[in-house]
Amino acid sequence: MEPYSGKTLSWSQTDETIELRLHHEPCNEIGTATLAELGRFSELLDRTELSAHALIIYSEQPQGFSAGADLRELYQGMQALEITARQDGVRDFLLGIHRVFNQIDAVPVVTVAAVHGVVFGGGFELALTCDMIVADRTARFCFPELRLGLIPGFGGIPRLKRDLGNSLVRDLLMTGRSINATKAAAVGLVSQLVAPGEALRVARSIASQAAKFDRTAARAAKQFIKPIPYAEFQEEIRIFCELMGKPAVESALRRFVENSGPQPYLP
Amino acid sequence: MAIAGAPEQEHKGEQTMSTLDQTLLQLIDLAASHFRVPATELNPDDDFFKKLKINSLQALDLLTKLETHFNVELPDYELQGVTDFRTLADRIQARL
Repeated sequence: MEPYSGKTLSWSQTDETIELRLHHEPCNEIGTATLAELGRFSELLDRTELSAHALIIYSEQPQGFSAGADLRELYQGMQALEITARQDGVRDFLLGIHRVFNQIDAVPVVTVAAVHGVVFGGGFELALTCDMIVADRTARFCFPELRLGLIPGFGGIPRLKRDLGNSLVRDLLMTGRSINATKAAAVGLVSQLVAPGEALRVARSIASQAAKFDRTAARAAKQFIKPIPYAEFQEEIRIFCELMGKPAVESALRRFVENSGPQPYLP
Repeated sequence: MAIAGAPEQEHKGEQTMSTLDQTLLQLIDLAASHFRVPATELNPDDDFFKKLKINSLQALDLLTKLETHFNVELPDYELQGVTDFRTLADRIQARL
């Protein structure tokens, strides 16, 4: 795979491992620019006969893996639009995100999210597309969407249900609280918990180990153990777009965007 | 140590107070160490966002440190409106 250096992310391949580096300031907020570049990446995954055996996704931003959707862009984008047009615009964006995330979820190589710091909202959802999450002790995981009058819209809840007991899934969704990496490892969300700064090194070690095994068997194992809940994604998109039409969402987004204080990421 | 003849309530109050003070001291020390400010400059009633010059993402980082140190789980919604060390220590204490 040829290397690519973009505005929000870059990728390269070394031996049998592809590395996707997120580097959009301040904390890899996922908006139209990131979606466009993720789209280029996922199309390559889909079309190329991959020589790689593993894919690692990680962040170069010190504050974390990703703070989630670009709420400022979302709020600004909805200002000039009537409700139906807003919902249509959001639906198009979500369909694009789902296309990309589903391609990463299904790619026939071992995928590892190496995370640190903030793993919130859409960023959490991106990490959940991977076969496993390696987290350093600074990582915190959160679905804050209900604070905005929304639900996670990038496939997060169906994917989280794939990995966790439903009681904790409901707790995370309905309280919007964050959990630390130690808790995440205890409940099986994180497969390997490591010291601060070590997640990428450990992910590379996993990739190296996985490369030893027969690729056909590895692909078969992955397809068997990791079903992709396409029907649930469609329902999630429908509910998300419906909620986007409610006034509570615009109010909550405005409060977030206009918050000049230090606490926008706290409930 | 129980003082002979002292009402149980007073003894209980003294014990709770000193445990909370210990938590408060440890919290201030951790915050000072994590954000590299002298602990002597931090007071229990300070607004830690202003005093430490941190935002909410950095506060979450501190939260992780506190949870690990005190071996508690502290839902961040319980921190709504909490901006001073004393109240934060109280929230932690409630989970010990």
